[in-house]
Amino acid sequence: MIEVQNIHKSFEDKDVLKGITTTFPAGQTNLIIGQSGSGKTVLMKCIVGLLEPTSGKILYDGRDFVGMGKREKALLRREMGMIFQSAALFDSMTVLENVMFPLDMFSAMTLRDRTRRAQQCLDRVNLLDAQKKYPDEISGGMQKRVAIARAIALNPKYLFCDEPNSGLDPKTSLVIDALIHDITTEYQMTTIINTHDMNSVMGIGDSIIFIKEGFQEWTGDKTQVATSDNQALTDFIFASDLLKKARQAFVQV
Amino acid sequence: MLMAKVFSRPERIRMYWKQYVREMQKLGVDSIGIVLMISFFIGAVICIQMKMNIQSPWMPRFSTGYTTREILLLEFSSSIMCLILAGKVGSNIASEIGTMRVTQQIDALDIMGVNSAAYLILPKILGLVTMIPVLVTFSMVAGLGGAYGISFMGIISAEDLTFGLQHSFNVWFVWMSYIKSFFFAFIIASVSSFYGYTVEGGSVEVGKASTDSVVHCSMLILFADIFLTQILS
Repeated sequence: MIEVQNIHKSFEDKDVLKGITTTFPAGQTNLIIGQSGSGKTVLMKCIVGLLEPTSGKILYDGRDFVGMGKREKALLRREMGMIFQSAALFDSMTVLENVMFPLDMFSAMTLRDRTRRAQQCLDRVNLLDAQKKYPDEISGGMQKRVAIARAIALNPKYLFCDEPNSGLDPKTSLVIDALIHDITTEYQMTTIINTHDMNSVMGIGDSIIFIKEGFQEWTGDKTQVATSDNQALTDFIFASDLLKKARQAFVQV
Repeated sequence: MLMAKVFSRPERIRMYWKQYVREMQKLGVDSIGIVLMISFFIGAVICIQMKMNIQSPWMPRFSTGYTTREILLLEFSSSIMCLILAGKVGSNIASEIGTMRVTQQIDALDIMGVNSAAYLILPKILGLVTMIPVLVTFSMVAGLGGAYGISFMGIISAEDLTFGLQHSFNVWFVWMSYIKSFFFAFIIASVSSFYGYTVEGGSVEVGKASTDSVVHCSMLILFADIFLTQILS
C-alpha cells in the first residue's frame, strides 16, 4: 500500500500539486487520471522519487520515502518496477538481456537461474520467441510487454505505469491493460497507472483518482465513474458526443 | 556533484566490468582505424613540410627527421590526436547518454535503484583512460610510418630520416605524451558525459549537447595542454 499525504510540488513560482492526499491499496490497479498539464505525471514522478515534493509525505507500507537517506531509497527502489510511456528499453541490449538486467544487477542468482527467471517473465507476457531480438526490431506493443517483463523480474511490491497505452492501437491497449491487471492480482502488487485512456478507466480502474489543476477532484472506482455527478469528471471522461450518449443510456438503464 | 555520484561505490562490480570492457572496445579499439589513418598522413605531411621549409645547406640533413619526431612525440600524438578524439569519441558519448536521457532509459535505471551516473559514466572514463596510451602509441608509430613513407618516395633519404629520428632522443618526451593524454582522456570522457547526462528536451537538445561537448572538450584540452606542457617540460 502506498499513502500520499498532503503532497505539494512547485516549480519556481508555479504550484503544480496542491495538497494531494490519497491511498493506493495493494492488489488493485490504481489509476491516476486527468487532463494534460493537470499534474498527474508530476505526482507519479514524486511518488517514484524522480522529483522531490516541496512538502508532504509518501509512505510505502508505512516507510516514509521522502525522508529516507540515499541508501535506503536505493534499497526501496529494488521493490519497484516501472513501465514508461516510451517503454525505455536499453537499445544496446537484446530483449532477454533487458529483462535480465535487474536480475544481473541485484540478484545473487546464478547465470542459469537468472536466464531462467528472465525467460519465465518473457513467457508470462508471451514474448519468449522474441528474446534474441533488439528493441528496435519489435513493435511498440511488444516493447511495452518487454517493459512489463523487465518490471516484474525482481518480483516488485510496487508497479508504476506511466501511460502504458500511449501510441498503441485499441486492441493492443486492451492486451496491455489485461496483462497489468492480471499481474497485479497475481503478485498482489500495489500498481499505480497514469493514463488518459478511457478504456483503461472503465476496464481496470479498481481505484481511480481524478486530478484537476493540481487538486484531487474526485476519487472512486470504475463502477462509480458513469454515475458520478462531478461535472469536471464527466466532462473529462465523456468528452465526445458518442460517450455522452452512452453515459445517458447507461444512467437511464 | 555529478563526479561524486560517478565515483561512488558500484552496486555490482561484474556489471561495471562488463560495461568497462564494452567501452574499451567502443571508445578505444573502434578508434584505432581513424588514429592510424590520420597519424600516417599527418606524419608524412609534417616530414614533407620540414624537408621543404627547414632543410637548407645551413641545416644538418638529419633536421627533417629530428623535427618530425619532436612534433609527433611532443604535440601531435597526444594533444592533436586527443582533439580529434574529442570530436569522434566526445560526440559519441554525449549523444549516446543524451539519447538515453530523453528516451527515459536513465530514469529507468534510477527507478531500479541503479546509480545511473556511475553505471554509465565511470566505465567510459576508465575505458578511455585505459585505451589512450594504446591510441597514442599507434599514433606515434603510424606518424613515423608516414614519415618513412615519404622516404620511399625519394623526398628524403631513409638514412637521414633514421638518423634524425634517433638524434638526441629523450625518452621522457614519450612519457610526457602519455601523461598528457591521460588528462585529455579524462577531460573527453567526463565533459562529454556531463553534457549528455544533463540534457533536457528532445533530439535538438541532444544535438546541441553533442556539439557543446566537442567545443568544451577541445577548449579544455587546449588550456590543459598549456599547463601540462609547462609543468612537464
